[in-house]
Amino acid sequence: MANEIALKAPARTAREVPHTVSPGLWALAWKRLKSDHVGMVSLAIVVVFILMMIASGTGLIAGDWSKEVGVNYAAPSFIGADIEAGAPAAPAAPAAPAIPATEYKSDVVDPLADVLAELKGEKKPRAASAEPPAAGAGEKSVDPLADVMADIRKDAKDKKAEVAEARLPTLPLGGDKWGRDVLKKTIKGSETSIFVGLAAAAVATFLGTLFGAIAGYYGKWVDDAFNWFYSVFNAIPYLLLILAVAAVLQQKGTLTIILILGLTGWTGTFRLIRGEYLKHKAREYVQAADAIGASNARRMFVHIFPNVSHVVLVQLSIYTVGFIKAEVILSFLGFGVPVDVVSWGSMLNEAQNELILGKWWQLAAAGTAMAILVTAFSLFTDALRDALDPKLKGLAGA
Amino acid sequence: MTAYIIRRLWQMVPTMAGVIVLVFILFNWIGGDPAYVLAGKISNQEQIDNIRRQLGVDQPYYVQLWIFVKQVLTGDFGASWSTNERVSNILATRLGPSLTVLVPLLFLDTALSLTLALAVAYVRGSLTDRMVMIVCTIGLSVSVLVYIIVFQYFFAYKLGWFPVQGWGNSFLENLFVYSSLPILIALVVSIAPNLRLYRTFFLDEINQDYVRTGRAKGLSENRIMWIHVLRNASIPIITHLMAGLPGLLLGAFLIERFFSIPGIGREVILAVERSDFPVIKALTVYVAFATMASNLLADLMYKAADPRVQLK
Repeated sequence: MANEIALKAPARTAREVPHTVSPGLWALAWKRLKSDHVGMVSLAIVVVFILMMIASGTGLIAGDWSKEVGVNYAAPSFIGADIEAGAPAAPAAPAAPAIPATEYKSDVVDPLADVLAELKGEKKPRAASAEPPAAGAGEKSVDPLADVMADIRKDAKDKKAEVAEARLPTLPLGGDKWGRDVLKKTIKGSETSIFVGLAAAAVATFLGTLFGAIAGYYGKWVDDAFNWFYSVFNAIPYLLLILAVAAVLQQKGTLTIILILGLTGWTGTFRLIRGEYLKHKAREYVQAADAIGASNARRMFVHIFPNVSHVVLVQLSIYTVGFIKAEVILSFLGFGVPVDVVSWGSMLNEAQNELILGKWWQLAAAGTAMAILVTAFSLFTDALRDALDPKLKGLAGA
Repeated sequence: MTAYIIRRLWQMVPTMAGVIVLVFILFNWIGGDPAYVLAGKISNQEQIDNIRRQLGVDQPYYVQLWIFVKQVLTGDFGASWSTNERVSNILATRLGPSLTVLVPLLFLDTALSLTLALAVAYVRGSLTDRMVMIVCTIGLSVSVLVYIIVFQYFFAYKLGWFPVQGWGNSFLENLFVYSSLPILIALVVSIAPNLRLYRTFFLDEINQDYVRTGRAKGLSENRIMWIHVLRNASIPIITHLMAGLPGLLLGAFLIERFFSIPGIGREVILAVERSDFPVIKALTVYVAFATMASNLLADLMYKAADPRVQLK
């Protein structure tokens, strides 16, 4: 909406310069925002993330994220097939086992070798005891990976074509434990995390605005009642309240977590909007609306609300950042999205164990994606606040 | 003063009543019958019957509420549903480890972020200031989880400078061996937001007339910043610090979980995982009380920091 106004505004001012309708709040804010380069770049990044969320939600991209396209822990393409990833050498060059074999010898000192072997064993648990002689030199029998290698090579010979077709040795950003594409997982995860953040922020802002408007507008005992309600919610630390609600609501799901975050997070907006309504209800334009017989609801939401909507917008944006962070932590702890839904939090949960194996890419992908979005969103929020309420600029800015 | 404190304590009653009702609605009404909640978690029918009798599930809601109010007033929240340990005992034994991590953290964090914030506020607008702010903004955007995972892996697992996790029996060992890495991580995570916040508080003060007057009469810059600016900026700082104080009771959920520190934060997570309602209920009530008490304390400290403040 702000966009359309802004597009029209310059044309109008160009034609009839002095006595034109002065640009409204949104047009002015958009103009200020446009001159803020950091804000515009951040806005562009946020828009890209949101478009990605929509594309992923409608299944245009990353719809097949759960397909196991790569080998287990496939390495990122920019590193190349990682030697520790084991399998890559097999389908590509089954005739040249010498190179990987010598590389593996250096792994003998690796204290994690056992763990690695065990993890690979998950996928290929067949007894390798029959194979050791075929695996080659005697000294290699101390290498716990030799058996696995032999096994993998045998597998590769058996169904070379199928393996080569189904399992890629490298993926753009690597693969996870089951060989799923981390890039697609990150996109799918950002869909969940951003959607939860936006939806919960919408719920919290809506509740806070509604309560704040009613309390501030009616005042007296209504205000007292809402203030009591507010102080009750405020007395319980936010995270504890979230965990308490999570403990009570047994069924897990995206809707549940949106409700948890939204129903517990409205207090900050309530306080701000209540203050704004207290200020505005005594103003002349509201008295004028009263004089022409506008109903209470009309005065509250048609007359006053547009004048405080910039506060609401900034709150929405602040909440979104906070809730994205909260969702990641909740999902990490296992109180967030269900197991079959991927989010940045559940990715970080998997990544914790992967890092010990030296598989850092899932951690890096989820962590970086989140850091970029949150940085951009925070900077955009600052720019938005400066643009909508220039009086505040001196307080928060440089 | 005494009259003020008494009036404030009196005002806590309706809020506390609200907290009790909220917790009651959440756990007894929405949470429902413990027999359903615990189905599959406790197989012992006798124990479940016992819990139902304690809660008075078959009684009308007002009787159940009265049972809960009595629990709050006597401080006896019964026994944990999963371990049968007394709730009061659980909280008492878990508080020590949490405080071992959080109290040093609170002091280090406050001292460091105040010093750094004064320093960057002093050179406001300079390249240093802007670089620090950029680092803080980016540092804030990285998930806490990433810090913990990476630091634990790198410093404890890879370099072996600290134990990966665990907890000992002696206080000194806990403080210097097991708590050092958790404290370091929590410090890194908490300095960025606090530094940014305190910097804005100082910036509000640094252009005031009294600073110019101080310079004019020849005060050293150190004295101006540390005595005059710091004291004048102390009210929002006290607000912020006191708001965080009840968190000491809560422990640090994530840090305690990652480092297997047997503190309250870890206990809360376990309780949520096991649907162990008595533990969460007790803690929520205590922390709500602590929050109100620390709000009152903050107001009294305003008076000490700034004699112009009128308490009414």
